[in-house]
Amino acid sequence: MYDGYFDYAATTPVDERVLEVMMPFFSERFGNANSLYATGRDAYRGLEDARERVASLIGATTPNEIVFTGCGTESDNAALLGIMSRYAPDGGGHLIVSSYEHHAVIKPAEWLAKHGHDVTYVPPRTDGFIHAEDVRAAMRPNTRLVSVMHANNEIGTVNDIAAIAAVAHEGGALMHTDACQSLGKVPFDVDALSVDAASFSAHKIYGPKGFGALYLRRGTRFESQLKGGGQESKKRSGTQNVAGAQGFAKALELIVSEMPAETQRLAILRDRLILGVTARLENTEPSVSGGERLPGIAPLLIKGVEGESMLLQLDNQGFSVSTGSACSSGSLEPSHVLLAIGCPPEIAHGSLRLSLGRFTTEADVDRFLEIFPPIVERLRAMSPVYTRMFGTT
Amino acid sequence: MLYSDKVMEHFNNPRNVGVLEDADGVGEVGNPVCGDMMKITIKVDETDHIDDIRFQTLGCGAAIATSSIVTEMARGMTLQEAVDITKQQVADELGGLPPAKMHCSVLATDGLKVAVDDFLKKSGRETIAGEVKSADPNFDPHADEDDHDHDEVC
Repeated sequence: MYDGYFDYAATTPVDERVLEVMMPFFSERFGNANSLYATGRDAYRGLEDARERVASLIGATTPNEIVFTGCGTESDNAALLGIMSRYAPDGGGHLIVSSYEHHAVIKPAEWLAKHGHDVTYVPPRTDGFIHAEDVRAAMRPNTRLVSVMHANNEIGTVNDIAAIAAVAHEGGALMHTDACQSLGKVPFDVDALSVDAASFSAHKIYGPKGFGALYLRRGTRFESQLKGGGQESKKRSGTQNVAGAQGFAKALELIVSEMPAETQRLAILRDRLILGVTARLENTEPSVSGGERLPGIAPLLIKGVEGESMLLQLDNQGFSVSTGSACSSGSLEPSHVLLAIGCPPEIAHGSLRLSLGRFTTEADVDRFLEIFPPIVERLRAMSPVYTRMFGTT
Repeated sequence: MLYSDKVMEHFNNPRNVGVLEDADGVGEVGNPVCGDMMKITIKVDETDHIDDIRFQTLGCGAAIATSSIVTEMARGMTLQEAVDITKQQVADELGGLPPAKMHCSVLATDGLKVAVDDFLKKSGRETIAGEVKSADPNFDPHADEDDHDHDEVC
């Protein structure tokens, strides 16, 4: 069913075991978790049960530190805007974010920059990682918050958040990390990483779309970004999505319990894919290769081919993939992540992100390795510049 | 963003791919830095009609489909008719293009214009296509990035 699905970093199918625990909360246990009567109390128990399990799985001290949200983007927005507006209420605060964050962090950072705050964008080095020393160099006396993603969604590098958090805390700033891509793929513990805030998304871990969470360490001041009935301890108004919360908790339990075996299985498939592509096709390479990386992401540069044309050809053969080419995004600029790690634009246009997951098999990888080279060769043969740019063939 | 069936059909089965070795006119437009580049070669008969035409394109689905359709449209046209093909006509012929992809049809019509003018120049005649930005045939991917203004090029 998921044979050619190589885009698990974009989204994942809801696991049947997750769907099963969600179902009762739609029509049967449908109550509003804030209502006092039995039906409401039943929904409330479902909600708080999910909160306790999520809290315990990420090492939170109390369930109150978990705020359920509508998605990872909302969690990121809330973290940046909600923290900055309390720690620098009159503007003039300094925020540090990495330059290869997801747009869910970049855009609110840009908004803050337009509204009286200073923002420094710390670039990754060419190894694909954000280095704590580079964050240190960006720190200022008025730095209030540092936000660096745990794992990068395009290239899969896993940053040393604990080291970066130490730098932030030394300088008196709080630390936020966008963990949407890393949760359940590599160990995540709020104390081990020493973060004050973290963002999560359910649909990246075989849970439902439209559900996210924000970890906010006890005592962290925060301005609610959704004002209303005061749900979620006044941190996020809106009637809670109990089915989503139950689905997220179950999804997290499953992925965490399966992590040791799955990490190894996926890393083997990832390397088989990377080695298979680079051995079969000249002028191809992984965009990053060393250090700690997500086990399921194979970031490839296929030189001399435009990404969208590969994506469409692969789609014809039943494979779903992502590319960092400009043309796939509707903008004229290729992936800001690849540019940030020093990849020239003409190479970044030929990027391919293959991301593997729970239902990927070795047979899927091998089938990809069979059908992919002819696609690239055909597109390169159509290019007026391939030979000129890369010399051979 | 969705492509029309006709765009996909041309992308999957592009017509007139290749290079005419004894071409009368060559047009090369675009820039790999922007992700798309196109080369059109034409043969022109004694009555100034496009007798044969081939293209090569590095680019997205729309870039390949617009290149393909423009070669079909131009074949048999007079040089004047060929340079008069508009980006809208190319898009219409393909059953429409997503707004973000309209620049691809500019690439295709520009490639054709440059090829026609190249033929006219080589024959010592007045050019007719007006100003079109031709590609730098000696494009060096490793040249200093600061040398080109990104927004302007793409």
